[in-house]
Amino acid sequence: MSTPLRLNDKTVSVAAEADTPLLWVLRGELKLCGTKFGCGIGQCGACTVQLDGHPVRSCSLPLSAVGGLPVTTIEGLRGREIDALRAAWTEVDVVQCGYCQSGQLVSAAALLKRNPKPGDADIDAAMNGNLCRCGTYPRIRAAIHQAARALAAAG
Amino acid sequence: MVSRRGFVLATLAAGGALAVGWSVLPPRQRLTTARPLPAAPGEVPLNGWVKIGRDDRVTVMLAKSEMGQGVHTALVMLLADELDADWSRVRSEMSPIDPIYNNIATLVDGLPFHPDDFGPVKRAAGWMTAKMIREFGVMMTGGSSSIKDLWLPMREAGASARAMLLAAAAEQWQVKAAELKIDSGVVSHPGSGRSARFGELVARAARLGLPGTVSLKSPAEFRLIGQPLRRREAAAKQDGTARFGIDTVLPGMAYASVVMCPTLGGAVASFDARAAESMPGVKRVLMVPGMRGGTGGVAAIADTPWHAMQAVKAVTVQWSPGPAAALDSAGIARALAAALTEDEGFSYYSRGDAEAAMKRAARTIGAEFQAPMLAHATLEPQNCTVLFDDQARRATVWAPTQVPGLARNAAASALGLDAASVSVEVTLLGGGFGRRLDVDFVAQAAAIARALPGVPVQTFWTREQDSTHDFYRPPCIARYRAGLDADGRLLAWTASSAGPSVVQQTMGRLFGLPAVGPDKTAAEGAYDQAYEWPAAQIRHRIVDLPIPVGFWRSVGHSHQAFFKECFVDECAEAAGQDPLAFRLALLKAHPRHREVLQRAADRAGWGSAPAPQPDGAKTGRGLALHPSFGSIVAQVAEVSLDPAAPGRIRVHRVVAVIDCGLAVNPNLIAQQLEGAIVFGLTAALYGEITLVAGQVQQANFDRQPLLRLADCPHIEIELIASAQPPEGVGEPGVPPIAPAVANALFALTGRRQRSLPLKMA
Repeated sequence: MSTPLRLNDKTVSVAAEADTPLLWVLRGELKLCGTKFGCGIGQCGACTVQLDGHPVRSCSLPLSAVGGLPVTTIEGLRGREIDALRAAWTEVDVVQCGYCQSGQLVSAAALLKRNPKPGDADIDAAMNGNLCRCGTYPRIRAAIHQAARALAAAG
Repeated sequence: MVSRRGFVLATLAAGGALAVGWSVLPPRQRLTTARPLPAAPGEVPLNGWVKIGRDDRVTVMLAKSEMGQGVHTALVMLLADELDADWSRVRSEMSPIDPIYNNIATLVDGLPFHPDDFGPVKRAAGWMTAKMIREFGVMMTGGSSSIKDLWLPMREAGASARAMLLAAAAEQWQVKAAELKIDSGVVSHPGSGRSARFGELVARAARLGLPGTVSLKSPAEFRLIGQPLRRREAAAKQDGTARFGIDTVLPGMAYASVVMCPTLGGAVASFDARAAESMPGVKRVLMVPGMRGGTGGVAAIADTPWHAMQAVKAVTVQWSPGPAAALDSAGIARALAAALTEDEGFSYYSRGDAEAAMKRAARTIGAEFQAPMLAHATLEPQNCTVLFDDQARRATVWAPTQVPGLARNAAASALGLDAASVSVEVTLLGGGFGRRLDVDFVAQAAAIARALPGVPVQTFWTREQDSTHDFYRPPCIARYRAGLDADGRLLAWTASSAGPSVVQQTMGRLFGLPAVGPDKTAAEGAYDQAYEWPAAQIRHRIVDLPIPVGFWRSVGHSHQAFFKECFVDECAEAAGQDPLAFRLALLKAHPRHREVLQRAADRAGWGSAPAPQPDGAKTGRGLALHPSFGSIVAQVAEVSLDPAAPGRIRVHRVVAVIDCGLAVNPNLIAQQLEGAIVFGLTAALYGEITLVAGQVQQANFDRQPLLRLADCPHIEIELIASAQPPEGVGEPGVPPIAPAVANALFALTGRRQRSLPLKMA
C-alpha cells in the first residue's frame, strides 16, 4: 500500500500506514531530517512544517489527515520570506544549538507570508508554540523584525 | 621531546603565573597526538590541531562538542589568529580521541579551594589533578571550560604551524625567517618580492618538524580574537542540513525505542513481547539492563522509528522498582532537613570565629531555603547510533556526547570489546547543559545494537523517557544566619546546606570509584564567593539518596546563588540599607566585582523608581551578583505581577554585566548570557521535578513548561573590557537570575521567596 504525498513541490509515494504521524514519515521513511522530533505531543514546535502554507505540528498530524494538501519542510521552503529570514537570522546570529531552528524558521516564514509587517504581539502569537531551550528568543524577535523591514524596503 | 611530567609542571607554572603568557613558550605536550591525525589525500597535519591542504585549506581539529555555545567558531579563531590564516579558507572537523584533547582546566577548577586562595596546598592539589587527568583523563566539554582549557594549546598549535611555514619558506628561498611576512594564508619575502601560499609550503614545513620555541601574539596583534564574528555553522542550522545525533542516517539502519522502569534505578522483572513481535517492521524485542547509572528497560527494534515506538508500547512489563520506590519529594525534603539538623557536614570555608561573632551581634537573622530537582530537557532527546561488526569485533558509535572517550568506554564494555576497537563520531548536540556528560544512553544503545550485528541501530528516547530518566539537578536545602552590629554592619555569616553529591555519584557510575571526600560542586556558589565576611563558616552535608543526580548547567551555583543572593538582600533589609550599597561595602578588596555590580546597577537605573508597566502594574527591581567559573556576573531584573492573572510573575527586563576576562568573541558571549538568562528563568519560574514512589511526575512539556517567546524579557548585555585570561561564559549567566527576580519580587510585594520555583499565589 502506498500513499501519494505532495512534498516540497514534488509528489512522492510513501509506504507508511495511514495513522503514522507525518513527522515520522519524513524522518523515518524519507530521511528528511531537517524536521525535528522534540516532544511528540505538539508542545515544542520542533517538528513544524507548513501544510498548505500554514504551520502545523507534524508529530501530531497523521498521514491520513494530510489529504492532498501540499507539505513544505525546512528543506523545501522557497520564496522571498524565507530568504529574508535566513539573511536576518545570519545577520543577527540567532542560532545556538540549532535543534529548534527549522521549526522556528518554518513558523516565521508562515507569519511573514500572511503578515509582512508583524508587531511584537503578532510575533508572540505566531512564535509562542516554538520552544527554544538555548534561549534564542530575543534574537528571533529581532531577526523577524529585521526580515520584515528588508521585505518592505525591497517592495 | 618534553617528558609527560615536565609538561604538566610547565603547564601549571604557566597557568599559575598567567598574566597572560604573551611570551616565548616551548611547545607543549598537548601539541602532538599519539597517532598521526587522519588526513585526506593532499592534507598535511602540522600538529595535532591543524592540517593544511595543498589547496590551501586549513582544517582545525575540534576537541569540544558543539552544543550551542559556539565553540566551533571561537576555538577555530584561537588557532587561525596565531596561524595568520585566511579566515575564509578555514574549516574544522571533530578530532579523534587522544590524551592531548583531554580537559585539564575544568578538573583543576573542580578542587574545593576558594578563588582568593593562592596557597601551596591549592597549587599542589592542582598539580596532582592535572597529572591524573593526563594519565586517566577525559575528553570533555563542560564546566564552561572550553576556551579556558584550549586558550594556550590551540594558540600554541597555530603559532607552531605558523613557525613551520615560515621556516619552510626561508629554506626554500634561502632567506632569513625574520625577513618574511605572513598574512591571510600567504608567506611573502618583501626583499625579493617572492610569495607562497600555505598549500605550497606545507609539505616542506611538515618535513622540518616542530619548532623548539614559538612566540604567541600580544593582544594588540590579534586579528580574529576579540572580534564579534558570527558562528560558522549557522547556515546549516537554518536550512535543515545540520546533523544532530538523532539525524544520523546509515544504509540499512534500524531504530530502537525503549521504555524504562518508571521508578528511577529500577529494572525489568519479566516481560511479554508476543504482541509487539508480531507488529509491522519489528525485528527484535529485548531487555536492557540499566548501565552507567541508567535504569533498566525493554527495547523494540524495528525498521522505522514509528514502528519501534508503537512496538515498545505493546510490550507488557513487570517492573522491579528498587530502593527509589520509597522516595517522594516531601520525604526527600524532610530527610535533607533532618540530616542538616543532625550534622552540618564538611567545612568548605571558615574565616574567624563565626559563632563567637554571632554572639556579639546586636541582631541576628536566619532563613531556610529550598531548591527542587530539575531536568536538563535538551530539545534533542537522548539518542545514539551503533554499528556492531561481530566478525571484525569492531564498532562505530555516532553520539551527541560531551564525553567521547567515556562514550567509547561505555559502548565497548556493553559490546564486550576493547575500547580501542570502538570509534566514536561526535555529532552536533541538540543541547547539552550537562545531560550529555553521562553515557547511560550510549551503553544502552550499544547493548541494543549488539542484538543485531551488522545493522546500524539508532536508539532514541521519547520525550517521556527523557524527562523521567534524567540525571537531575540535586534537591538542596540550606540554612543561613547572619549577625549585624548596631550600625547594620555584617559581623558574621554562616551557611549550611544538604543534598546528594553529583561528583560522588559520577565517580561511581563513570569510573567505578568509591564515593568519598567532599564535593566542590555541591557547595560551590556558597563558599567560593568574593564577599568579605568578617567571620564566616560555610558547610555542606552530602546526603546519599537513591536518585540519579547530574551536572546541570552551572551545577551547585544554580541553587546556591539563589540562597546566598537572596540572603544578602535579607541582610541589607535587616541593616536598613540599599541592597547595592550593602553589597559594595562587602567588596572593598574586589574591584572587579564592584565594577560589574555598579555597571549593572547604573545601566538598569538603580536608585530611580522603575516605571509602571503599560497595563498599570507596578514594577519591582532586584539585583544579584555571582561569580562562577572564573567570571563575574551581575544582573538586575524588573518584574511585575499580571493584573489579569493573580500570582503570575512577569519578567520584563534583565540587565546583565559580565567580566569574563578577555572576550574572545563578544557576540558568542552575549548569546551565552542571553541563553543562560532564559534557561535560568525557566528554572526560576517553572522548574520542578517531583517524585512519587520514586517516579518522576513531569513526563513532557505539558507538565514541565519551558519559558516561551512571549514571556521572554528584554535582555541587555554588557561586557567589561579586560586583558585577563579568558574565563567561562556558558554557565555564569544562569545563577544570578533566580535571586535577581526573587529580590525584585520582594521590592514589589515586600514578601520573601525562599523556595524555587518562585510562586506568588
